[in-house]
Amino acid sequence: MSAISLKNVDISYGDVRVVQGASFEVAEGESFALVGESGSGKSTVLKAIAGLAPDWTGEISVLDSPRSHRPDRSFASRCQMVFQDPYGSLHPRKTVDTTLAEPLAINGIGKRDAKVIEMLAAVGLDRRFRFRFPHQLSGGQRQRVAIARALMLEPRVMLLDEPTSALDVSVQAEILNLLKRLRREQGLTYLMVTHNLPVVSFMCDRMAVMNKGRIVEIAPSSALHDGSFTDAYARELYAASGGNPDRKDMP
Amino acid sequence: MSAPLLDIANLRVSFPTPNGRVDVVKGLSLTLGRERLGIVGESGSGKSMTGRAILRLIRPPGRQAADRMIFDGIDLQAQGERAMRRLRGARISMIMQDPKFSLNPVMTVGAQIAEALRVHERLPRRDLRARVTEMLEAVRIHDPERVARMYPHEVSGGMGQRVMIAMMLIPRPDLLIADEPTSALDVSVQAQVLDLIDELVRNNGMGLILISHDLGLVARYCDRILVMNAGEVVESCAASELQNASHPYTRGLIAAVPRMEETRDELPVLDRSEWSGT
Repeated sequence: MSAISLKNVDISYGDVRVVQGASFEVAEGESFALVGESGSGKSTVLKAIAGLAPDWTGEISVLDSPRSHRPDRSFASRCQMVFQDPYGSLHPRKTVDTTLAEPLAINGIGKRDAKVIEMLAAVGLDRRFRFRFPHQLSGGQRQRVAIARALMLEPRVMLLDEPTSALDVSVQAEILNLLKRLRREQGLTYLMVTHNLPVVSFMCDRMAVMNKGRIVEIAPSSALHDGSFTDAYARELYAASGGNPDRKDMP
Repeated sequence: MSAPLLDIANLRVSFPTPNGRVDVVKGLSLTLGRERLGIVGESGSGKSMTGRAILRLIRPPGRQAADRMIFDGIDLQAQGERAMRRLRGARISMIMQDPKFSLNPVMTVGAQIAEALRVHERLPRRDLRARVTEMLEAVRIHDPERVARMYPHEVSGGMGQRVMIAMMLIPRPDLLIADEPTSALDVSVQAQVLDLIDELVRNNGMGLILISHDLGLVARYCDRILVMNAGEVVESCAASELQNASHPYTRGLIAAVPRMEETRDELPVLDRSEWSGT
């Protein structure tokens, strides 16, 4: 069964076509990355799947059910998104507790108290953070809250938009470990947008390289070990990221 | 080697908080020749404040003090505000992080670069324009005359950063402080911009202080590295020796970075208790 499937998807913002002819399949339980420069359309693909960029044509299906162009409550409980900036994606006047309980309230799910406590433990936040406001948390703690919020409805697919690029390397390591552990424990499927190739090597099984709105190559993450990309742009991106410094024999 | 370009001893920067003054830089010392020095650290380590303190740009209520701060024979602490202004830009200049917020949105690129030069040198207008064009060419902008007439919102991030570099280098300073010059840019553009800074610094025999949170990047472009944590220098080593760093904080930082060929199942996380007592 495929968790996410895109067939010949074009996405536009007004008159500008940002993504053209995007097609890829992500198997259930897989971790798939979209890599490319800013403006390559990688975040737009995530937004279209999440329903935040409604102006698209082609076929998008998530967990074998076709995605409509409208917000969809049953979709929300199966697929959730984590955004890049933990400073901007949490409501500044809501406590962690309110933020986490909100998706449950919207979907009429009970036992909110117990679920919030359980989820805080799952993302490695101490209970004393439960009634704090976002400004009382560090960047890494906020991103943990954002991940916890996305997991409240027990989704099976997670869309991750540069989840660690606003964080320090030591905090990035903590968040990446957390995401990896959650995926293992809950059998999640990840679709992750990033421009950091070593993060792909750590987190993902396969990746699609995007350039100017098109997917130019889909490669396994083992291609990052030796730079065995076939597309010229993908090789350029790999070289710009420093190649693999652990292999001195490679150019 | 002759006298160092920059000699700092026991630099302290502090800011007031409700719980009293807090030192964000606690007694930093460094000497710099015409070489490339990298300062690395996480957010809040005091690396940017060090860069600003060299230019005496810590605004009140922040305070800075040092036992010694000498740049090319000039005692920076003894200079008045007017004298400092003559130094800033002309002798020591600084590239900021984000071109979007550091360029004047209502002036053309060419006018801004020319202004940087005009403040320090008196030149006929024709020479001024020639210097601007020459500088834009040096930062590899292909059509300098057209770009000089553009406004900052019309140029891309990478080009904006090149304009900043042009502006900072046109008075031909002796020391360049680059504070996260590429963290707002894409990886592919990052390498170009750093190669460019590197080339210009080498050709003009300038000193460079590169401030960044990216260990790999600093190791690639610098000769020497200072690692900062909580306002203190915890490690100082040659860039080539970074892999053999001895301080647990430096080793933790290096280990926490994912590699291109990642075989570890879990990334090691910094155990802050290991050195926080020291």
